[in-house]
Amino acid sequence: MCQNSLLYIVRMSTDLDIILRKYKQGKREDLIPLLQEIQNDLGYLSEEAIVKTGSFLGLSTTKIYGLATFYDRFRFLPSGKIQIMICHGTSCFLNGSQSIINKIKEETGVMPGHTTRDGNFSYEIVSCMGGCCNGPVINVNGQYHTHVKAEQLPELIKRLKYVIEND
Amino acid sequence: MLFTIQVNNKKIKAEKGETILSALNRNGIIIPTLCRMKEFTPTGACRMCVVEVEGRDRLVTACSQPVEEWMKIKTHSPRVITARKTIVELLLSNHPDDCLYCDRNLNCELQRLAEELNIRERRIRGRKIKPRLDQSSPAIIRELSKCILCGRCVRVCEEVITATSLDFINKGRETHVGAAMDRDFNFSSCIHCGQCVLVCPTGALHEKHNITEVQEYLNKPEIVKVIQYSSMVVYGIAEELGMRYTREFDKVLNTILRKIGFDKVYKTGLGTDVCISEIAGQLSQRIENKSDNPLYISACPAWVKYAEQFIPSLIPYLSTVKSPQQITGVLIKTLVADQLGVKPEEIFSVSATPCMAMKFEARRDGMMRKGISDVDSVLTVRELARLIRLYGIDTSNIEQEPADEPMSGRSSAAILAEVSGGLAEGVIRTYHYQKMKKEPDKQIFKKLRSAGVFREISVMVGEVEVKVAVVDGLTGLERLKVSMAAGKKYDLIEVMTCPGGCVHGAGLSFNTSKEEIKNRSRLVYQADDTEAINLPCKSLSLITLYDKLLKDNADIADKKIFFTHFEKRNVLL
Repeated sequence: MCQNSLLYIVRMSTDLDIILRKYKQGKREDLIPLLQEIQNDLGYLSEEAIVKTGSFLGLSTTKIYGLATFYDRFRFLPSGKIQIMICHGTSCFLNGSQSIINKIKEETGVMPGHTTRDGNFSYEIVSCMGGCCNGPVINVNGQYHTHVKAEQLPELIKRLKYVIEND
Repeated sequence: MLFTIQVNNKKIKAEKGETILSALNRNGIIIPTLCRMKEFTPTGACRMCVVEVEGRDRLVTACSQPVEEWMKIKTHSPRVITARKTIVELLLSNHPDDCLYCDRNLNCELQRLAEELNIRERRIRGRKIKPRLDQSSPAIIRELSKCILCGRCVRVCEEVITATSLDFINKGRETHVGAAMDRDFNFSSCIHCGQCVLVCPTGALHEKHNITEVQEYLNKPEIVKVIQYSSMVVYGIAEELGMRYTREFDKVLNTILRKIGFDKVYKTGLGTDVCISEIAGQLSQRIENKSDNPLYISACPAWVKYAEQFIPSLIPYLSTVKSPQQITGVLIKTLVADQLGVKPEEIFSVSATPCMAMKFEARRDGMMRKGISDVDSVLTVRELARLIRLYGIDTSNIEQEPADEPMSGRSSAAILAEVSGGLAEGVIRTYHYQKMKKEPDKQIFKKLRSAGVFREISVMVGEVEVKVAVVDGLTGLERLKVSMAAGKKYDLIEVMTCPGGCVHGAGLSFNTSKEEIKNRSRLVYQADDTEAINLPCKSLSLITLYDKLLKDNADIADKKIFFTHFEKRNVLL
């Protein structure tokens, strides 16, 4: 596994206006696809993005924020350089995903959905990633790790830190 | 088409197309509701109004289910009552039990339902909602722990006020009502109209109280305590105190206010008269200059904030005349201070209004003179009634006193300003009088006094045609926009935020029906029809003010104190 591939996250942030140009002004039904595209590009929904989307589609910021908070997958804080997703589905749960969550909480010192102060790590708990027979499953910047044990995590996080520092 | 349905083993008449609830209510059967608001599309969210329909497995919501011919309904069967009771018990399970300290104590819909459904113990225990108190707004306070998520405020803000500054945030157990980005209210596009407070069934939304502040100053002997009240306050107080309103009631209110401890009692009516005259002056100038752009009346502070944040292109056309409250306020701090021989900072000026946005307006930039605010504290009618009760004034047997000079008199145009369209009517009357030296026929204003969110008339003043538009409630702005896009030109446009005008102000009593609001406007029109002085320029107080008092006082003779400025606001729209 190439270590550097973990850091594909160095995203080129497209200008918001370029994304908006793809959509029709004032067409409210485009809201969710538009937000998804912004999140894919930016990594999260910034306040500026929400305000701009609102004036573009003719919706109030309040309405967009209300709708976006309804869905789990929209985030409002920038994710860390390393974004970890931990499966908390039934199968992974039975295989001990709670201990993984606790360990990561301990290692990073932040709550799920938040990012560490240095901007390196963020993690979130997701329902199912479709690897039920290989649980617990975690996903580190798009790469899946299966049959994860809590003891392995300090080593993994150390390695990830090393990658960030030497990139 | 009428047909009969069976309700509680009795036959009642129902109309095709109406909901079960309206059929029941028309036949005198009352069932509790919570999230329902008249004139809104039903949401059926709270399930409070469930009834049992024979042949249906589930209970149905009466507020949203259309009535059908075969229906046999039970409105108070054991099953229905248990369901309703459980709903309220669930709502109470995470509700803070601080009714005694709550703003809506004795006036709360949830409390009333709990009482009506005979809930006597806490059967269901839930985790209490994390308390969050948002006091950032100058007018509205949010207590999220008391919110029961009925969604009435969200709907009013979106559908009636069109500011859309409230929505549900998050989902499931985390749901709460909040402003944009879940920030505090002062960052939001809230225009402080307070209609959300008026519809809130619990104490989750209420006005920012200034009673304590006023009380504190009432106890300071070295300070001159001054209060001004607008015409609507007189009706409002009569309503709140459960007294019969008579035309002499303002004199009773003067006595009450003096008994509380106010040294001087003034009427905001004079400020309204000044406001009307000054706007008439601006209108006349505009017509002389043959200006293409209309003059927007800026007396409604909520509308001003709405324009500043949503339609900034319109700011140059807003009339720069201050609102009646602020004009009276600044007169108190200048004229009255001089007459009494005290410094302006030694006066504590209170304003009683039926409006909540006035609380915000008093704190606005430009509402100050030499670092001293025009109005120090604003009380809503509800707060003033509370103050009167607090001071234990016996209102049943009370003498009548006039208000203090120089602000004791007003024209009937000033009282008319409390209804939507009234201020525009006053301005046109004054303008007509100035040009033609006679009052216009009242019949021409008939259309301005009709119902509807957007009304327009054109008045011939000599050779000049003056076109007037009245936007009654901000939903009418859309109609105005369409009309102006079609090339129509207006000279004067009045916009009122609350539907109906100040008679529907958010500072008045809770739970007022549409009929009661209509009754308020009826009283206003009645006063205008019966009172002798119909024009501001005929009011003795205004004549004295303009001809003598202002001229004698070199400091304010230029009338600059009557004007303010507006600017674009940066809020989260």
